[in-house]
Amino acid sequence: MTLIDSLPSDAALCAIIDSQMHLEGPLLPILHALQAAIGHVPEAALPLIAQRLNITRAEVHGVMTFYHDFRETPAGRHVVKICRAEACKAMGADQLADHARARLGVDWHGTTADGAVTLEPIYCLGLCACAPAVMVDGQGQNRLMGRVSPAAFDALLAEVAG
Amino acid sequence: MKIYVPRDAAARALGSDAVAEAIAAEAARRGQTAQIIRNGSRGMVWLEPLVEVERDGVRLAYGPVAPGDATALLDGTLRCHGTVADIPFFARQTRLTFARVGLIDPLSLEDYAAHGGLVGLRRALAMDQAGIVAEVTASGLRGRGGAGFPTGIKWETVRNAPGPQKYIVCNADEGDSGTFADRMLMEGDPFCLIEGMVIAGLATGATKGFVYIRSEYPDAIAVMSDAVRIARDAGVIGASVMGTGPAFDLEIRVGAGAYVCGEETSLLNSLEGKRGIVRAKPPLPALEGVFGKPTVVNNVLSLATVPVILEKGAAHYAGFGLGRSRGTMPLQIAGNVARGGLFETAFGLPLGEIIHDIAGGTASGRPVKAVQVGGPLGAYLPPSQFDTPIGYEEFDRKGALIGHAGIVVHDDSADMLNLARFAMEFCAVESCGKCTPCRIGAVRGVETIDRIAGGDAGAIPLLTDLCETMKDGSLCALGGFTPYPVMSALTHFPDDFAPARKAAAQSAAE
Ligand SMILES: Cc1cc2nc3c(=O)[nH]c(=O)nc-3n(C[C@H](O)[C@H](O)[C@H](O)COP(=O)(O)O)c2cc1C
Ligand code: SF4
Ligand code: FES
Repeated sequence: MTLIDSLPSDAALCAIIDSQMHLEGPLLPILHALQAAIGHVPEAALPLIAQRLNITRAEVHGVMTFYHDFRETPAGRHVVKICRAEACKAMGADQLADHARARLGVDWHGTTADGAVTLEPIYCLGLCACAPAVMVDGQGQNRLMGRVSPAAFDALLAEVAG
Repeated sequence: MKIYVPRDAAARALGSDAVAEAIAAEAARRGQTAQIIRNGSRGMVWLEPLVEVERDGVRLAYGPVAPGDATALLDGTLRCHGTVADIPFFARQTRLTFARVGLIDPLSLEDYAAHGGLVGLRRALAMDQAGIVAEVTASGLRGRGGAGFPTGIKWETVRNAPGPQKYIVCNADEGDSGTFADRMLMEGDPFCLIEGMVIAGLATGATKGFVYIRSEYPDAIAVMSDAVRIARDAGVIGASVMGTGPAFDLEIRVGAGAYVCGEETSLLNSLEGKRGIVRAKPPLPALEGVFGKPTVVNNVLSLATVPVILEKGAAHYAGFGLGRSRGTMPLQIAGNVARGGLFETAFGLPLGEIIHDIAGGTASGRPVKAVQVGGPLGAYLPPSQFDTPIGYEEFDRKGALIGHAGIVVHDDSADMLNLARFAMEFCAVESCGKCTPCRIGAVRGVETIDRIAGGDAGAIPLLTDLCETMKDGSLCALGGFTPYPVMSALTHFPDDFAPARKAAAQSAAE
């Protein structure tokens, strides 16, 4: 997911922030743009955002941490999201999640030792009629899978994280 | 030859991209010219990827199609369902809101216009504001996001609110488990939502709209973003609606993984770039909404139903339904069902008929144990309540809710204590934190259910009290309605909350 390898300079961060400043209420779009470009929202961006929006750094931090999507640290090369919600539970999502955690050797939000995969819970992907459901990565490059059996999950993992 | 292979996320999750590639490769190998159209889904998810081949103006349906079926598909030897209208699940529906979903190329304005698109908008452009609002009011349309508030009355409040700047906000946060109608509509007929929002703008004097789409829906975000661009380039929206009307423009915004941001005031805070904390009402969003300006907040389905109301007239729409629930509801049938998908029908169908006749019972073939209607805040209904017809008041009388009309079926292997625990856990994870009964209560709820699971029957009254406190002391329905799934599970399935009895029942079954 990470598009920029080393941490970008303040100038690069400002360029990303400024690209969203024409919007009304630009803070969420800014955080999304930073995460899309860098893979997480780096600490160094917070004071720059605060300055641009004329709010405190604490306010920016408060907004960022309210939302489950924004990461303070980089994720693995791929983020695997397993739906935990009711329709998927009715079709074995709990067993799939247990299998995935054992297989990857991590708990929710954990990243495998080789840095390949971060495992995240997600609450509904709108794939509830072909449950249980999994999404790998996000906007622009997402892979979706429905009716995911443990074997299909392993095959998907082998494919994305090789 | 035209070949329709859905781009809908559920079809993709079942392999439609690979199917489209295989068909294209096979057609190329034969030197055939095949135009592959990535349409929305017809809603029969158990048949996805459902491919339609159009020859001589007839669209024949095949599915589920695997990539290896490409040869047989082009030979015409693959098992065929006939047209979609020959499939009983489809034939039994009344499709008004979803009339075009799966039928057309989602991003072709020509296709849209050729199937009734923009007729409603043209009619609205010839009416005054009060006339449009009166039409929507007369249709009986109620908010499809959950609360069921009459859409026309909401619009009238915004229309009468003073101020040069007003907004239309489309709530596309669709966080309820078991729901996917908003997603399917945005992916399958995005111009319909755009048209509905433009009409809302004309009716209220709003010139700007936001569509707030949850980040869990990357496909819907992509299609809607393209559709807004296409509509703007074609002059449907922009400085002058359709080249003759007032200004109206649209922007797509992306949520960030917070369920509570589906609550309208939380959503408005999120749009403004704040934490998604729920606001106390009043002031109503209609009077002081986003950026403090008068704002219509409507669900995707509410807005996307407006074009057909204007196209066919309020009386046509209101002619369907039951009691004070007028028109149709796109039901979403999910979980452990043989035939899951989207089923649009007039209000009034009994729940049991939907589950048994239409959905064909469970996928596992085991008996149905419970059904949760209306998402994570909806009650669990046991089979003894399956005679309840789909209708706002009818469900309310059973202590249940229709919500966004997700129907999640569980077979008899479901552990209702586990599901009750999940409801509390979900509330704890997603609480905005503003009120103590929700923020702390949900955490206590998980602990209390764990005590019950451990054999402490004395914790059951504690759970009941806690649910009462949450119901009475919560500002919004996240804390206020989480007790419904919990208490309905406890009331209808007491054995699941008695570990000793449960263990005995299990060993007896084995
Ligand atoms: C916790 C919570 C979550 C909600 N989630 C949604 C949602 O995802 N989509 C939606 O349209 N309405 C949701 N609502 C209802 C909205 O607050 C609001 O009633 C609705 O957007 C109004 O539009 P409508 O009148 O067209 O239904 C939610 C409410 C609560 C309390
Ligand atoms: S009930 Fe929960 S989610 Fe709703 S306002 Fe209170 S704390 Fe926030
Ligand atoms: S509940 Fe899992 S995709 Fe909807």
